[in-house]
Amino acid sequence: MNKITLSNLQKILSKGEFAVTAECGPPRGADFEVVRRKGELLKGFVDAVNVTDNQTAIVRMSSIAACVHLFNMGIEPVMQMVTRDRNRIALQSDIMGAYSLGIKNILCLSGDHQTFGSQPDAMNVFDIDSMNLVRTVRDMRSDGKDMSGFDLNEPPLMFIGAAANPFADPFEYRVIRLAKKIDAGVDFIQTQCVYNMDRFKEWIHLAREEGLTEKVHILAGVTPLKSAGMARFIANKVAGMDVPESIIKRMAGVSKENAAKEGVKICLETIAELREIKGVHGIHIMAIEWEEKVGEIVESAGLMPRPEPEE
Amino acid sequence: MIVGEQKPIAEIKESIIPYEKILILGCGTCVKTCFAGGEDEVATLASALRLTFKKDGREIELEEMTIERQCEDEFIQEASVSIARNDAVLSLACGAGVQDIAKRFEKIPVLPGVNTTFIGILEKQGLFTEECLGCGDCTLAMFGGICPVTRCSKKLLNGPCGGSMDGKCEVNPDIDCAWQQIIDRLRLLGQLDNLRKYIPPKNWRTSHAGGPRKLVREDHVI
Repeated sequence: MNKITLSNLQKILSKGEFAVTAECGPPRGADFEVVRRKGELLKGFVDAVNVTDNQTAIVRMSSIAACVHLFNMGIEPVMQMVTRDRNRIALQSDIMGAYSLGIKNILCLSGDHQTFGSQPDAMNVFDIDSMNLVRTVRDMRSDGKDMSGFDLNEPPLMFIGAAANPFADPFEYRVIRLAKKIDAGVDFIQTQCVYNMDRFKEWIHLAREEGLTEKVHILAGVTPLKSAGMARFIANKVAGMDVPESIIKRMAGVSKENAAKEGVKICLETIAELREIKGVHGIHIMAIEWEEKVGEIVESAGLMPRPEPEE
Repeated sequence: MIVGEQKPIAEIKESIIPYEKILILGCGTCVKTCFAGGEDEVATLASALRLTFKKDGREIELEEMTIERQCEDEFIQEASVSIARNDAVLSLACGAGVQDIAKRFEKIPVLPGVNTTFIGILEKQGLFTEECLGCGDCTLAMFGGICPVTRCSKKLLNGPCGGSMDGKCEVNPDIDCAWQQIIDRLRLLGQLDNLRKYIPPKNWRTSHAGGPRKLVREDHVI
């Protein structure tokens, strides 16, 4: 067996340091250059980079491949994996393969429904759900077995993440779902983007009351807004997202040239507020096709320098 | 019941063009209830086809008949004489009925006139909804009588995804979120604790994933 080394993200979170992650969407094509460029923009500013798995059901370079490209650049990837496109056989196989390539973090998701994407005629899989996937990865790690109970010659020891959406309905169920994910074996949570701070605080308050924030590392999601149009689009068109009217008004209240600046300002205020909330262990910055802003945000938020990855 | 929808007339016409004499065979059970293939639909379709062929200047012989069920030999036999004297059968049954006719009359082409859509219910007049995927391992008791396998767009067994908003599914605001309904029903039943239980990966072997299924009832085999 190889020497067991923890992921950088795991080390930072377990030391109680405030973690910063970002996101990299792979290209619609085989050009590694796109991944490299995004990687260059993020390197040094974040502790790990999520690589999406055919997000919004649009066919892209595979998450595993893009993760390896980042890994080779010295950036720690978080491999997103959805249950939409692969059955349990392919999921387990890809998890082992990914680990063998050096990927040590996984984010288990069900995935956007294929009807949203570029190929809505596709059949989906959904053989297992994200809860089952979390438990599968955990069982591989703790018992060294696959889903059939077979002893793996070298089990993948992934640091396991999952998503949580405090803004979706039914609200009262959202904390139960978090508890279920923790029981299933999740180590860290990345939340949907926080714009509605009141609702986020209410959710984390309930989670804290159940003792859940002691059992899992919660990274709050943030996405800087580029324009009032983007704010409105997210509010009205993106399922499960909640942008309060006050934020939209604020974005609409500045000139077009200043909108991006205002968006970053809102993002920084959100981060500052999140850092004060007990139970928030980090932030996950989803700067959609705006990776060049991440460094500036992390720096302005006073989150630099990032802790050095230990050998 | 099995819910189906009659194919567009143009598609049906195209499929029967090669034949002179056709039996339009209705089915008097499920597809009759959903207005796709009962005797009324057989009559309406026959008139429409006669009219369209007449416009093309072509005579076509259409015989009309509806039997109780096309998925049982006992009823199919009632149609055997009619089937034998035609060049083809245009069946308005579900896919099972079409295949049962094809199995029993090997030398006569059987054409489907209905798209079979789902196992569902008549929710209200004119509205049919899908309720069951026939997975072969019913767990409705756990979910307050609402099937997440069928009615959640992602077949999620451990709770709603992050796209449930105002009781609606992220896939389409016309779709109710099955998980919102499950939670509401469990609350009424005093069974909210079910939500905390981990549901392991489903065994799909009993479903179509295990290949075409068979049910043998030894006690009824003659």
